[in-house]
Amino acid sequence: MDKLLNDFSPGLFVVSTILLLALIALMVKFAWKPILTSLNEREEGIQGALDAAEKAKREMANLQADNQKLLQEARLERETMLKEARELKTKMIADAEAEAKTQANKMIAQAQEAITSEKKAAMAELKSHVAGLSIEIAEKVVRNELSNKDKQLALVESMLGEATLN
Amino acid sequence: MEPVTYNLIGAGLIVIGAGIGLGQIGGKAMEGIARQPEATGKIQTAMIIIAALLEGLAFGALFLGK
Amino acid sequence: MKIFQQGFKSLALALLVFLPASVFAITTASGEGEVDTKMEVEDYILHHLKDSHDFSLFSYTNGEGERVHVGFPLPVIVWSSEGLVTFMSSEFHHNDDGGVIVEKGGLKFAKIHSKIYELEQGATTVSFDAEHHATNGTKVLDFSITKSVFGILVIGLLMLFWFSRLASQYKKKQIPTGFGRVLEPLVLYVRDEISRPNIGEKHYRRFTGYLLTVFFFIWILNLVGLTPLGFNVTGQLAVTACLAIFTLVIYTVSGNKDYWMHIFWMPGVPILIRPVLAIIELAGALIIKPFSLLVRLFANISAGHIVLMSLIAIMFTLKESLGVVGATGLSFVLSFFILLIELLVAFLQAYIFTMLSALFIGMAVAEHDHEHEHDAHGHEAPDAEDVRGDFI
Repeated sequence: MDKLLNDFSPGLFVVSTILLLALIALMVKFAWKPILTSLNEREEGIQGALDAAEKAKREMANLQADNQKLLQEARLERETMLKEARELKTKMIADAEAEAKTQANKMIAQAQEAITSEKKAAMAELKSHVAGLSIEIAEKVVRNELSNKDKQLALVESMLGEATLN
Repeated sequence: MEPVTYNLIGAGLIVIGAGIGLGQIGGKAMEGIARQPEATGKIQTAMIIIAALLEGLAFGALFLGK
Repeated sequence: MKIFQQGFKSLALALLVFLPASVFAITTASGEGEVDTKMEVEDYILHHLKDSHDFSLFSYTNGEGERVHVGFPLPVIVWSSEGLVTFMSSEFHHNDDGGVIVEKGGLKFAKIHSKIYELEQGATTVSFDAEHHATNGTKVLDFSITKSVFGILVIGLLMLFWFSRLASQYKKKQIPTGFGRVLEPLVLYVRDEISRPNIGEKHYRRFTGYLLTVFFFIWILNLVGLTPLGFNVTGQLAVTACLAIFTLVIYTVSGNKDYWMHIFWMPGVPILIRPVLAIIELAGALIIKPFSLLVRLFANISAGHIVLMSLIAIMFTLKESLGVVGATGLSFVLSFFILLIELLVAFLQAYIFTMLSALFIGMAVAEHDHEHEHDAHGHEAPDAEDVRGDFI
């Protein structure tokens, strides 16, 4: 311990204190402050760049998701539109068919009616014709009767045979 | 005995004590590292600090006794 | 920039070439300064561990049997009984036992074991008592540019040059080039491994400058001490004491309320024990911590120098028993491996000093905003930081 105290040089202590204080002050001012500031700036710059890249990536992902959603929506809309159109088409076709059918039925009914009325008219005419013919035949028969009895009878008979067919 | 001899005996005792202490530190640190290899860095730092403290103590005693 | 670098290189080269030409070569009687026996080796090592007033590179015996010392003198500045006195250390003619007396301004000075003594009026030679202490001289306050001061100056200027150049590089580019690329990771290492984890995210910026300066100062001077230049700056008690006192001042000044409260009135312990704890804590903070810092660095570096020089001295001391080749070979092998260990120690001690400084500062500025947890018996569960504090 004595030896240690003997070795201790107060002069060197004072001088080294002064020199070290100066060294610390100079180093802090001219070296450490600028170095640490620029190191910090560099680190913050790198961190900022990384953050920005991460943000851009996230935004990109968001954008893509939006696009996907829009596409999906468009597809859905198209499908509904197509479905509606198809339904409309079938409906129109059905309507047209129904109308055509009723029209046709109507026409058929009219035609049938017309045919029946024509037939009736034709029957009436035929009847009148037959009546006239029968009268004529009767006239002729009467006349023939008057001339030839046998002959008249035969005639009536043949006439009648023909006439019953109607 | 001469005082120098007493000094040497004291120095020997200090070195024995410090040696045991350093062995303990090193051995336990090895055990720790073997148990948790992922904490190697932390264990080494702590080990070096404690070893330095012990060494400071031993050197201090040696120089005071000299 | 290129031209500047070239200029610097050529300047350094010129310095290397012309330095030996400018150094003085002093001759003394043969035999003096030669190191052969075991006692002389011991003396030489102890002499090396002390500060010296001149810068001697090597010495040899020339053909005429004279001892030639090659080196250069450094100025001696002493505060004597009649004020500041300055002269060059060459006036002592490499004498270190008070044999040469320098007269300046009516005062007589002698150098004994690297300490400068002022002789009493009328004395012409130094007289010694039985234990080889000077009886008719007093030690003067020695502000000389000694070898250690010279080393501090050179390394300080070198650090200033290197790091201010690194700082100016950042103005132009993001990534430094050349030697700056070596320094940047070291700066980052100190900041991220020592300063930030120990002091804490909030306060570390204030103290990083000091820690960086101390780290590089100690490390570079430790390494320079391992070169044959023979600096032993970090092995000077005055220098390590100065560094330790800086740390003490910093953590005492920047200690917050919690820190002082933990020292004077430790929360969570019985009232009766608190004054006792306060004394222990106060002694720990003001004496033990800085003392352990200064002794650790001093002792490690001194011990390293002693071991290394002793192993080199095997060359002389074992010359007779092992032969020249054997002694030299043994000395070479042993000192080579010790040198490798010392390289590690040079870094380790700088790291430890900075680390512990950061730890102490961190303990002083730590914010205890958390409530201490209490265990089942109402005692405080020890906090990791408190436990760590108890060990240091």
